[in-house]
Amino acid sequence: MPELYETQRAMRNIRRAALQRGVIGVLDIGTSKIACLVLRFDGTGTFRETDGVGPMAGQANFRVIGAASTRSRGMRRGEIETMGETERAIRTVVTAAQKVAGVRVDHVIACLSGGRPSSYGLDGEITLATGKVHEHDIASVMAACDAPDFGRGREVLHAQPVNFAVDNRTGLADPRDHSGNKLACDMHVLTVDGDAIGNLVQCIRRCDLELAGVASASYASARASLVEDEQELGAACIDFGGGGTGVSIFIRKHMIFADNVRIGGNLITQDIAQGLRVSLPMAERLKTLNGGVEATGRDDRDMIQVGGETGDWEADRRTVSRGDIIGVMRPRVEEILENVREVLDAAGFDSLPSQQIVLTGGGSQIPGLDGLAARILGPNIRCGRPLRIDGLAHQLTDPSFSSAVGLALFAAHPQDEWWDFEVPADSYPTRSLRRAYRWFRNNW
Amino acid sequence: MSSVIDHRPGSQQPPRPKRDPAPSRLKYRLERMWLKPLYRRVVRIGGPAFLIAMTAGILLSDEDRRAAMNTTFTALLDKVQSREEFQVHMMTVEGASPVVDKAVRAMLPVDLPASSFDIDLPALRLQVMQLDAIESIDLRVKPGGVLAAVVTERQPAILWRHARGIEILDKTGHRVASVTSREVRPNLPLITGEGADLAVDEALKLFDAAGPILPRVRGLVRKGERRWDLELDHGQKIMLPENGALIALEAAVALDRAQDMMGRDVSVVDLRNPSKPVLRLGIDARNTIRAAREMPLLAPDGTILKDEKKGG
Repeated sequence: MPELYETQRAMRNIRRAALQRGVIGVLDIGTSKIACLVLRFDGTGTFRETDGVGPMAGQANFRVIGAASTRSRGMRRGEIETMGETERAIRTVVTAAQKVAGVRVDHVIACLSGGRPSSYGLDGEITLATGKVHEHDIASVMAACDAPDFGRGREVLHAQPVNFAVDNRTGLADPRDHSGNKLACDMHVLTVDGDAIGNLVQCIRRCDLELAGVASASYASARASLVEDEQELGAACIDFGGGGTGVSIFIRKHMIFADNVRIGGNLITQDIAQGLRVSLPMAERLKTLNGGVEATGRDDRDMIQVGGETGDWEADRRTVSRGDIIGVMRPRVEEILENVREVLDAAGFDSLPSQQIVLTGGGSQIPGLDGLAARILGPNIRCGRPLRIDGLAHQLTDPSFSSAVGLALFAAHPQDEWWDFEVPADSYPTRSLRRAYRWFRNNW
Repeated sequence: MSSVIDHRPGSQQPPRPKRDPAPSRLKYRLERMWLKPLYRRVVRIGGPAFLIAMTAGILLSDEDRRAAMNTTFTALLDKVQSREEFQVHMMTVEGASPVVDKAVRAMLPVDLPASSFDIDLPALRLQVMQLDAIESIDLRVKPGGVLAAVVTERQPAILWRHARGIEILDKTGHRVASVTSREVRPNLPLITGEGADLAVDEALKLFDAAGPILPRVRGLVRKGERRWDLELDHGQKIMLPENGALIALEAAVALDRAQDMMGRDVSVVDLRNPSKPVLRLGIDARNTIRAAREMPLLAPDGTILKDEKKGG
């Protein structure tokens, strides 16, 4: 854990340096596509408050100056499978985004969608020596959280303090300067497979980019597609991706749970290809253009040409009805939703005060998905699009870009993490010396 | 999709490998390097500038090549400058008397035809202006290859006799020419004395004011470089003050007109002190007076003669 602490701190410092330089890249490496946004942080901002979108999410101080997306390569279930291929895809998308932006991107923030995330809720408690909560007490209470054995090769991706309690006053977001005798803390820790994240880091490093932060894709897409009220009152965000379906639960503006269902849109495509005996690109095309989950009588008469290059006239002139496609897709979508339901049940989503569920990601564009999801997950369903951010082209505002947008928000306004607080100091003089050294290094 | 598939051997082309849209690692690095502002500036500005400077330096470091370039350049310049359009074929001098015309032509040392680039008009003008007889000259190259000089000559106004000869001055006192004797220009008034040329203006005014006595005037004499004496014939002289000479002379002329003062035997009219004019009588007049008073007469040199009656 200490070396992770140091890594995360280093990444945070890189992020800070990047923000000072003003340009940072956002890299959403998904299973079906890779998106790259180039953000320019320009302090005062070009966005006026009267423009409407401005300060609601506090993202007014950056704008997107370059954006590109390309088909992902070498990825499987949200993890890097063939590193060279993924590296090429990253190079493609970074080159395109740089070309649009006209600036060089040195620091990127990436997200990891796979890696078998698992959430832990930790709590810790300390007695306050001075009767008042100081800055270092917060670090101490977080250090006092007793971490379970995460397992071999697990890395902590997020460790966010969710709740603070002083004596019996709980629900404090910022306990500093509160008086009391005891300080308790609830922390949400998300761990992922260490090899998956190591591969990601390695892949980005091979593209001559510096990694300024890593976030979980479910967290990022929830940041982008849940509105502020939903984050405050409690909601689940379900991100239908290509290789997996991310689930994250927010309450009181903190993520309290995240998980990943390892069935995604690619499996639906595969089902169509197998069930209708068409090629994978054709299956993808059928899925995106004619897919659906609710069959009607008209869909049986809606015949679709399924071309082919086999040379067999009979095979190349086949047609399928839209009802056939729906018939293939629906069981798989139902399976995904059932799995999501299991995950939500395991997370105890039922006991949350608000049962809002937001569907996002590229898969959420399947027509009729919200009706099907309402039957399986619960009544409060909406399809969410990512928050509008300044300078993002319109074709990049559809739900499949919600994790990229969420990463941009994460870059602009990262939530407190455990490593944002100083290590509980053993001796004060060395700490002040270290602080002086750090101040020099950061500012000169 | 072709409906008939060609299965003959050799006609089946191998499937063309798909182009990889990803940039190669080298291309990616080069592109990223190209996006560095400093590198970009160096390549786009520094490199070409350095190349140009280096090429020029290498080319110019050779003495022969430099000389050849110089020769080429000079030849080119000559070729352009000696074009027919820039040639000056003739010179016209307007407004000059034949003598001055000749002098001006001799003084403009341009052997025509010459290129108009070779003719330095300001220098020529300064050179011509050294001629005293010329007040101003307007030199220009007119279209058609004509070097036109419009000359304004100085108008002779007065003769100045001084120790080194006689000179003609214009009305500003500038020398026009020298003459050998007074008779060459009998129509011009004569002044003399040191510094007389500095007061030509006043002298001319005095000659104008002399009016009725002008036929008798022989000339003005500058005294001590500060005042004038008006010399008349018969040795008469009007001494004018330093200031207000004109008024004093007008007064003298008025006296002469009223009482024929200068017709009498008066040798000197001294008006130097305007409030106290003094007349010096001639020797005959004084002898007449002395005779009437029965005083001894004066000799022409002013000495008192012995009384012949008493003495005899």
